[in-house]
Amino acid sequence: MRTRLLLPTTLALAMAAWPAVAQPDGPMLAEACAGCHGQAGAGQGAISDLRGYDRDAFLLVWAEFAADERPATIMNRIARGYTEADVEALADFFSSLE
Amino acid sequence: MTRQTRTTLTRRGFGTLIAASAATLATPGLLRANTNGRLLVVGGGFGGASAARFARINYPDVSVTLVEPQTSFVTCPYGNLILGGRKQLSDITHSYDGLRARGVQVIHDRAQEIDAEGHRVTLAGGDVLDYDKLILSPGIALRWNAIEGYDEAASEVFPHAWWGGDGSQITTLRAQLEALPEGGVVGMAIPDNPFRCPPGPYERISMIAHHLKQANPTAKILAFDSKDGFAKQGLFQDAWEELYGDMIEWIPASQDGRIMRVDTENKLFVSEFGEEHHVDLGNVIPPQYAAGIARDAGLANDSGWVPVNPRSFEAEAARDIHVIGDANVGAPMPKSGYIANSTAKTAVTAALAEISGRPAWDDPVYFNTCYSHAGEDYGISVAAIFRPTDDGFEATPDSGGVSPSGPLSEMSRNRRLEARYADAWYASITDDMFS
Ligand SMILES: Cc1cc2nc3c(=O)[nH]c(=O)nc-3n(C[C@H](O)[C@H](O)[C@H](O)COP(=O)(O)OP(=O)(O)OC[C@H]3O[C@@H](n4cnc5c(N)ncnc54)[C@H](O)[C@@H]3O)c2cc1C
Ligand code: HEC
Repeated sequence: MRTRLLLPTTLALAMAAWPAVAQPDGPMLAEACAGCHGQAGAGQGAISDLRGYDRDAFLLVWAEFAADERPATIMNRIARGYTEADVEALADFFSSLE
Repeated sequence: MTRQTRTTLTRRGFGTLIAASAATLATPGLLRANTNGRLLVVGGGFGGASAARFARINYPDVSVTLVEPQTSFVTCPYGNLILGGRKQLSDITHSYDGLRARGVQVIHDRAQEIDAEGHRVTLAGGDVLDYDKLILSPGIALRWNAIEGYDEAASEVFPHAWWGGDGSQITTLRAQLEALPEGGVVGMAIPDNPFRCPPGPYERISMIAHHLKQANPTAKILAFDSKDGFAKQGLFQDAWEELYGDMIEWIPASQDGRIMRVDTENKLFVSEFGEEHHVDLGNVIPPQYAAGIARDAGLANDSGWVPVNPRSFEAEAARDIHVIGDANVGAPMPKSGYIANSTAKTAVTAALAEISGRPAWDDPVYFNTCYSHAGEDYGISVAAIFRPTDDGFEATPDSGGVSPSGPLSEMSRNRRLEARYADAWYASITDDMFS
């Protein structure tokens, strides 16, 4: 399923009138994850499904990756590239997906 | 795509699409098309397909047209696995039907001329497409004759297999490998930076060795390099020693590794200092620059690549043309499929900000990972997270980097997992382009 949206399709027709607010960073940051974790974090082959990931667990797991305290082939190297605000936005986003 | 639909894209036919759309209810994407701006994407590879798909999903009111001469796309990534005998051409060939189903108007033709001032592109077939915003992701061109004697005709004998095209380059190389005489010599010529896919030549060496180890174990690989170092060097060299013994000899520039001339008739590679090396099979990866359409439009600088704004990817030389993928000046970002995919999305938000009224991503992050297969169950990777600076790009400090090194006895679990994750990457990234 494809829940990931900067813009829900149902709102598409109203889009022309979209207010000029900043795009939420969560979804744009999460776009990069799609290259391994699949569409909207749905998982792909050996790489895990991130949909509905518990928010607190996400933050904890991320911090462990960044500190090399959790077994990882690559997420440790990736986790260190994001700011705290980035990680919160990612946690919000993936925890909100069904 | 019917002729009629194509001509509706021209200025003259603009009204026809609106009229016609009532009759094309079966394609909902088309009904909404053209209500709010026209995005034209030239090049349907890693950058272009990603951009077109992302735009259709996130900006459904914008009409998206993709121009690409090939009717299906053969990826360079995983092409080396064909050489290793682990993939077939069909495994790395992708249809544009998924993009069509999303309402992208796919036109199989070649963009011939860009009129930046007039905002229009003329195709080889004669059609003229007007655009509000142009995303250009045409990839690379090979610098024919930069290595003396290496032109398009020579590439039939010594394949480069450095673009996907119709797949014939990679299948020719595979066929030559199978026909290599017992104990024969495979010569590779590898260019200096910058070039498409920094770890690509070394993954290729590995996959060729993987094939030869089983099929022709006394064969040799001479890898002539125009540089003294390369991506994931330590990891590759460890793998070569562990898996292939002394089959592979890498000759750096400082040891006369730079190939200046090739002779396809006598099967010779000739080095900078005039040394002649006979090869039974030659794979020449020549120096590169941005694809012709970008250079012809005057977008490139003297280096042959296109300087762009690091937040919007708009070409420095032209308004409303955003150049992504291998064609731009992106260093220290590598010329990789993942970077083309990642930057495509930022470029689309920037290009469509005005039209859609939704601001561009003002704090973009560009993402790269390149997995390589060094052998069976032997994956290694490099990752990096980049951010724009005032005049370029920089890697985020203390992040990214390559897989850990160590003896295979200790690293085999890691290498095995990374090989699996690489497969997941390939499936995910191609879904993000074509599904
Ligand atoms: C052997 C090899 C292995 C690789 N492995 C990896 C990997 O594991 N991971 C990774 O991230 N990257 C990898 N790459 C790099 C990756 O292939 C490129 O970086 C990527 O293709 C760049 O995307 P692009 O959109 O710039 O160009 P492309 O993907 O080449 O797409 C350009 C498209 O534009 C079309 N085109 C050109 N001119 C015109 C025109 N005038 N009009 C219309 N269309 C035109 C072409 O037909 C082509 O389809 C590899 C490359 C090679 C060679
Ligand atoms: C290059 C491929 C790749 C990319 C890109 C990637 N991941 Fe991962 N991810 C993995 C792999 C592989 C694992 C398993 C742990 C490991 O080996 O590093 C993983 C594990 C995880 C986990 C732990 C899952 C679990 O089972 O508990 C989380 C959370 C996660 N990733 C989030 C993300 C987010 C968020 C992004 C985008 C910012 C992202 N990943 C981008 C490959 C990737």
